[in-house]
Amino acid sequence: MYFNKEIECMSRSEKEALQSERLVDVVKRVYDNVKMYRAKMDAIKLKPSDIKSIKDIYKLPYTVKQDLRDSYPFGMFAVPKRDIVRLHASSATTGKLTVVGYTKNDLDMWAECDARALVMAGATPDSTVHVAYGYGLFTGGLGMHYGTEKLGATVVPVSSGNTKRQLMLMKDFEADILCCTPSYAIFLAEEMEKEGYSLKDFNLKAGIFGAEAWTEEMRKTIENRLNIKAIDIYGLSEICGPGVACECSKQSGMHIQDDYFFPEIISTDTLEPLPIGEEGELVFTTLTKEGIPLIRYRTRDLCSLNDTPCACGRTSIKMNKVFARSDDMLIIRGVNVFPSQIESVLLSNPLASPHYHIVVDRVNNLDVLEIQVEMSEALFSDEVKTIENFKNKLAQDMASAISVSAKITLVSPHSIERSEGKAKRITDKRFVK
Amino acid sequence: MLVNQVAVFLENKQGRISDFCKALSSADINLITMSIADTTDFGILRAITDDNDKAIKVLKDAGFTVSSTDLLGIEVEDKPGGLADVLSTMDNAGINIEYLYSFVKKDGKAMILFKVANIDETIEICKNKHLKIIDTGISIK
Ligand SMILES: [Zn+2]
Repeated sequence: MYFNKEIECMSRSEKEALQSERLVDVVKRVYDNVKMYRAKMDAIKLKPSDIKSIKDIYKLPYTVKQDLRDSYPFGMFAVPKRDIVRLHASSATTGKLTVVGYTKNDLDMWAECDARALVMAGATPDSTVHVAYGYGLFTGGLGMHYGTEKLGATVVPVSSGNTKRQLMLMKDFEADILCCTPSYAIFLAEEMEKEGYSLKDFNLKAGIFGAEAWTEEMRKTIENRLNIKAIDIYGLSEICGPGVACECSKQSGMHIQDDYFFPEIISTDTLEPLPIGEEGELVFTTLTKEGIPLIRYRTRDLCSLNDTPCACGRTSIKMNKVFARSDDMLIIRGVNVFPSQIESVLLSNPLASPHYHIVVDRVNNLDVLEIQVEMSEALFSDEVKTIENFKNKLAQDMASAISVSAKITLVSPHSIERSEGKAKRITDKRFVK
Repeated sequence: MLVNQVAVFLENKQGRISDFCKALSSADINLITMSIADTTDFGILRAITDDNDKAIKVLKDAGFTVSSTDLLGIEVEDKPGGLADVLSTMDNAGINIEYLYSFVKKDGKAMILFKVANIDETIEICKNKHLKIIDTGISIK
């Protein structure tokens, strides 16, 4: 099943021709309409006419998040404000929000991406899609919402929060597709149990999970606890929101909607493009966007691309799971540590709870890493040594995975914040002092 | 032949013991005795109440991680040497004690509670040595 077979199964050469035509057009549009792009291109003496096909993309300058912040709020829009029909903004930990504007065509393109994603997850026009991503400035909720409508399925725009009501509606409306963050999916499974529901009360078949990093172990946990297929979706508001890429039922990488978004992987050291298959920073060029087209936008997400043909028949290039954010990376005593590595160790230990919080501090000029893990029924014992053995084993596994020693602290169950948006898993006290 | 104990996890944070006591008192559960094992960053509170089934329920509802364990209870005279006699009997029989604590009952007799690895074997040995085993009539069902 495909939503748009003609595009999704297009031959690679046809796709390249389409990408080339669209790139030439978008470069002209940004040069003519966005001051920043004209300045960047003029600075390297690059004219729009130098871009003749997708193969010339490497000549173009990069765009970074700071460019968006510097042009707050509308400085990078390529169309007059009256053509913008929707604004979204992503939260920033420091300073200004990043604002993105959509024209009618942009919204339609985005809805198409999510309709394709929903079909990849197994949705049909008969489906009921329970959207528990937050609705609002965050793109999660509205993205899946319009994708569902575009597909012609039924959307339940429940948004985030009020878990009891979520469970009731999921049961009563017989949702077969769930959309939320992976950590919220686990939370929902826990609450289901607590509220006395059984899996038979629900009609769920698949879930589309994204907006935060998650691991294969977490996928297994969700699939086992909810008895569904857990599909990974990727997106970022700068590019459009969720749906930039999504897994098909083969779960072997996320199909990038590369008729709209041209992907590259670059080295974070040299900023040179890397061959397909190598790990590096993911970069996107939006090929059709009108409101805020972005040229070679550096996502800060680290992953690799995969162009081996997919068994599902789609021909688009796939991206492997993002294994880290280049800006989430912690440097502890000189060693690069990614929270995803820590999560992976926790999730492979059957006694450990998947809820954790990382605290980094500097004590006597030495970086100290603490991993707070919730106590669970499975782990608890009336004997100290049983719990100490677990802690020691976890500390050893952690040290061999991340090459830095970590202090494991057990905290009360449910004391670590469950997130409905992006989970806040790190407190770095080194930069607060 | 056993005394049922309720154990809860205590995060190293102020107020957790008081939360524990409040949870029990609000459900009219009487705390008979308790003991705390603590390490540098967590503790285990072990307690005997007059209604452990109810205690487990209210403690779980209050967000505690709870486990239920059967202990061996032995009654001794509350006088010097009372505990020493029991311990040397167990020592001689090669019984490995994980932990123990005691309290004095209303009748003035001391009750010693033992967590041992092999409880059935220990009961046999204690019976043979004519130690007085107390059965509170509640244990894990
Ligand atoms: Zn596929």
